Amino acid sequence: MLFYASFVTVMVLLVITAPIALLFGLGGAIASRSRILPIRWFGNIYTSVVRGVPDIVFFLFFVIALDQAFEWIRHQVKCPDWTEPIRQGSDFVVCAQAKLPLSSSPQWIHETYGFFLAVLTFAIVFGAFAANVLFGAMRAVPRAQMETAEAYGMNQRQAFWRILVPQMWVYALPGLSNLWMILIKATPLLFLLGVEDIVYWARELGGSKSGVFEYPHPDWRLWYFIGLLFFYLGLTRISEVILARLTTRLSHGQATVGGEAQRKAAA
Amino acid sequence: MSCAQTIQDYALRSIGFGERLLPRSDFTLCEHFVLIGSGMIWNVYFGALALFLGFFLAIAVALGKASSNPWVRKPAEWFIFIFRGSPLFIQFFLAYEAFVLLPKVGIEIFGITAETRWLTRAWAGALIVLFLNTAAYSGEIFYGALRSVPKGDMEAADAYGITGWSRFRRITWPTMMRLAWPAYTNEAIFLFHATALVFFSSFPAWQQRGDALYYANYFADRTFNPFVAYPIVAGYFIVLTLCVIMIFGLINTRLNRHLPQEHRAKIRIRPQIMR
Repeated sequence: MLFYASFVTVMVLLVITAPIALLFGLGGAIASRSRILPIRWFGNIYTSVVRGVPDIVFFLFFVIALDQAFEWIRHQVKCPDWTEPIRQGSDFVVCAQAKLPLSSSPQWIHETYGFFLAVLTFAIVFGAFAANVLFGAMRAVPRAQMETAEAYGMNQRQAFWRILVPQMWVYALPGLSNLWMILIKATPLLFLLGVEDIVYWARELGGSKSGVFEYPHPDWRLWYFIGLLFFYLGLTRISEVILARLTTRLSHGQATVGGEAQRKAAA
Repeated sequence: MSCAQTIQDYALRSIGFGERLLPRSDFTLCEHFVLIGSGMIWNVYFGALALFLGFFLAIAVALGKASSNPWVRKPAEWFIFIFRGSPLFIQFFLAYEAFVLLPKVGIEIFGITAETRWLTRAWAGALIVLFLNTAAYSGEIFYGALRSVPKGDMEAADAYGITGWSRFRRITWPTMMRLAWPAYTNEAIFLFHATALVFFSSFPAWQQRGDALYYANYFADRTFNPFVAYPIVAGYFIVLTLCVIMIFGLINTRLNRHLPQEHRAKIRIRPQIMR
């Protein structure tokens, strides 16, 4: 039963992460376009560092780092009169009230917190990729469009939100759809982040004995993994079909090769 | 212990030379750098060898996919679909479980016993997976480039009476390489990044000989401090990425040397062709 529930976990992760990562990406792209130099540096460093390093390094890093950062902030707020150092040798010690989640809270909160950290980590990593895509897309929007907006008396902000952002999606779509594929293919890494996802259960149920049970069947992990393989193949295939439809829809009436081809076909 | 001593002990630790025991406590910054750097040997090994071997299979797969014969085209299409459509992580698991199930003593083929044990070791098993994986991704890239070879080039070849193998070798193949190269650079970068997964999927690090991330994880687990080990790995990978971009950039310049300056394709990371 938990095995089937873990498929839902993966889907939920995908559905939650994608918009958040897009938001991060929009933020990153806007930061890279900023006129203020430090913000632009921040945006550029964010995108280029995350792209230059394997994502798994970030997954391993952020889960611990975010956890410690949150606990540290809560520690500063909740126990200001704590005198001992936080790092004692190889231990990370914060006061009991600052623990996240509280040691008294039930099991499901622990699991949700772990899941939340995973979502945040995915959003940070994929946000950087999305920022890169959106940055390129914003530059691809024809300059004349922005000039027209200025001629109509829109200010910078209005031109950005009313002209640039609606038009950039068609240029961003190939990159974003590729990103969606990568996101799907990154979800098995959840297992490394300590979330009990499908890979975890495939290993547990497939093995002839796990920590809790001894199963009557021999080692079935191969078959479970073949099952997972088909699950992912199906997922990517369905996404491909849907994204292809979306591309057709979005290029309708655009000043691109795709849009032009549609116009000619209709005429 | 001085840093020179540490380098002597641990610089080649990941391939089994030097001190047998890993440091256990009171890690110095030097130990971090040396041991993680030693692990990079594996990353470079997996990446470079898989890329080199995968290159040839990729060309074969691309030609297969472009073939008009369905008996050749279909297998190539399925190969690309399966390896591009599923996560590398699952591929590693699957390959490992499959290799483990092979009989331990070896398989009898025509009276010769083929050893199968080495397949469960990371150096061979993971290499095979990475090789097939990169062949599929680059196969798709080369196929795309093959489709966009200018029609005029082929017609000119016909006009000169160049056909068959010599046409492929002298006209199609160089143009295909030239068109595919920026995307192929991307693929190379991401393949090197993918090598970090090897010891985190099923393949065990025999005698604690692991790659860079394996050692970084070792340190981070012991010290519970992610802010030292992981940034070092990140730094090493950024340097590796820059090296890859430089080498591929040189090849790109050579491939484009006959073109006027402004027509040359620049190498930059293009997100729509990322794996």
